[in-house]
Amino acid sequence: MSLVVERPGLLSTVQDLGRFGHQHIGVPVNGVMDDVSHRMANWLVGNEGDEATLEITISGPMLRAETDVVIAVCGADMGGRADGMRLPQWRPVRVHSGARIDFGRAAVGARAYLSVAAGFDLPAVMGSRSTAVRGNYGGLRGRALRKGDALPLRSAEEAHTARWVRLLARAQPGISYPNWSVTRVNAPSVEPVQIIRVVPGRHWQSFPVAVREQFASAEYRVSPDSDRMGFRLDGPPIEARKSGGVASEAVPMGAIQVPHGGQPIVLMADRQTTGGYPVIAVVASADLTLMAQLGPRDRLRFEPITHAESYKLLFARERQLNKIHEALIARLQ
Amino acid sequence: MTALPPQCYPAGDRTLVVEFARQPGAVVGARVRAAAEYLLLRPLPGVVDVVPAQASLAVHFDPVVVAALHETADPMQTLMQLVLLACSRAPAVPKARSRQIDIPVCYGGEHGEDLAEVAAHADMSVEEVVRVHSSGRYEVQMLGFLPGFAYLGGLDRKLAMPRRDVPRKRIPAGSVGIGGDQTGVYPFETPGGWNLIARTPMLLFRFGDDAGAMLAPGDQVRFVPITAGEYDSLEPKAA
Repeated sequence: MSLVVERPGLLSTVQDLGRFGHQHIGVPVNGVMDDVSHRMANWLVGNEGDEATLEITISGPMLRAETDVVIAVCGADMGGRADGMRLPQWRPVRVHSGARIDFGRAAVGARAYLSVAAGFDLPAVMGSRSTAVRGNYGGLRGRALRKGDALPLRSAEEAHTARWVRLLARAQPGISYPNWSVTRVNAPSVEPVQIIRVVPGRHWQSFPVAVREQFASAEYRVSPDSDRMGFRLDGPPIEARKSGGVASEAVPMGAIQVPHGGQPIVLMADRQTTGGYPVIAVVASADLTLMAQLGPRDRLRFEPITHAESYKLLFARERQLNKIHEALIARLQ
Repeated sequence: MTALPPQCYPAGDRTLVVEFARQPGAVVGARVRAAAEYLLLRPLPGVVDVVPAQASLAVHFDPVVVAALHETADPMQTLMQLVLLACSRAPAVPKARSRQIDIPVCYGGEHGEDLAEVAAHADMSVEEVVRVHSSGRYEVQMLGFLPGFAYLGGLDRKLAMPRRDVPRKRIPAGSVGIGGDQTGVYPFETPGGWNLIARTPMLLFRFGDDAGAMLAPGDQVRFVPITAGEYDSLEPKAA
């Protein structure tokens, strides 16, 4: 049984929390851009947080369910419909066999995550189901969805199904769902200028103070020439350092590289394992999801914070997520 | 000469870098490989990846896991101490021996579309370029960019050539290219900007349970010229 792709959308790929443990042989991490929305979508259907979901980008796909399936959609508001009825996000939804799940354009945010109860039945490559488009492996045939593809579903165990039948007693012709939803943590916002907090990068100290101050006050815009590998930013160029090049070295997600032209690039999920440009700053872990939800032409500013502040934000968020997860487990039992 | 103690720096809030020297070199390269080998064999809890470069190595970690395990509000500081301690215990040279690896390649024609351009840029004949490139001894400096892609040092300066202005959308797997003062082999079909001079039927990366790269940092590589006929008769295989 599967979800049949009737329209693929702009860029729909299967992703999990990433392919770790192989970066020393050049294998990139890949994985979801917004891990909070991804984990939440999984928890809502009773999955572990690292189960693979479908990452939907800006303009969504149309999928036909070949079987009754429980799904959840978190992240960007994609204006989804199932057999014409509005498909609510941030809660589990039972979709009946034959229903068409049709997503529109992202109204707020840029990426949504569709989970299915029990997960997609796809093989792991080097420990992960994440799609590596550049290497053509992982996910569904190593590439983005195409029309006519079938996304295979793992069969939900009996207990799993019974739980949903009880939970979703209020049956409707197309879809059914509970009257509750989860608190949105770090959900895409409608801020005119998104503030993205950053910590110093490897080469922060080697940029002159005036350049750092300019970096922290300037407004940038996400270039349409951006993808899962990196966000190119339009805005005042960052003056290159006097000392010239740097040695190639491992780069983390959220690293803000300054190439020769001075237009910064924020490295994202499909980044290479190593980079050779100076890194002025790195997006704070707690704000990576906000960065991931920016789309072409969205505006942003960077706000430098300390490591201590960054960890405080991250740990507070994770505590909040844990509470939600525990509450969901209790509710789904 | 006594080696300087390695220095540790944060690179964001979930990555740290251990710098063994300011400049790359044979001795520091061996130290980096030995330390990476040590850290990969004895994984510290919360560490998700260890990535060696030429004179440094990076440790990627999950700050939430490290903080919970050590009951600390500053996982960076805690892990820096643990990683430096591990590096001080690591041997100065890696257990894994550097290997001598010959890669059969077919130069020019459909196997290396830019060979004539590289020759013109170097002000040499095509035959000379082949002779110089195939008589070189290259050292794998690091892996990166794509699974199994090796940055090879040791290219004759005469063959150095800037990347192409417009990268190709598709470069066939096994293509040997020149980008700046480095040469390397594309393990997959991929977009790329290097100047293509040859191609190998060898597989540089294998997937599956024993996923791995053909080349490792420290390996010595030679390119051995073969004819188009020999290229066709060699089934793609791992070295």
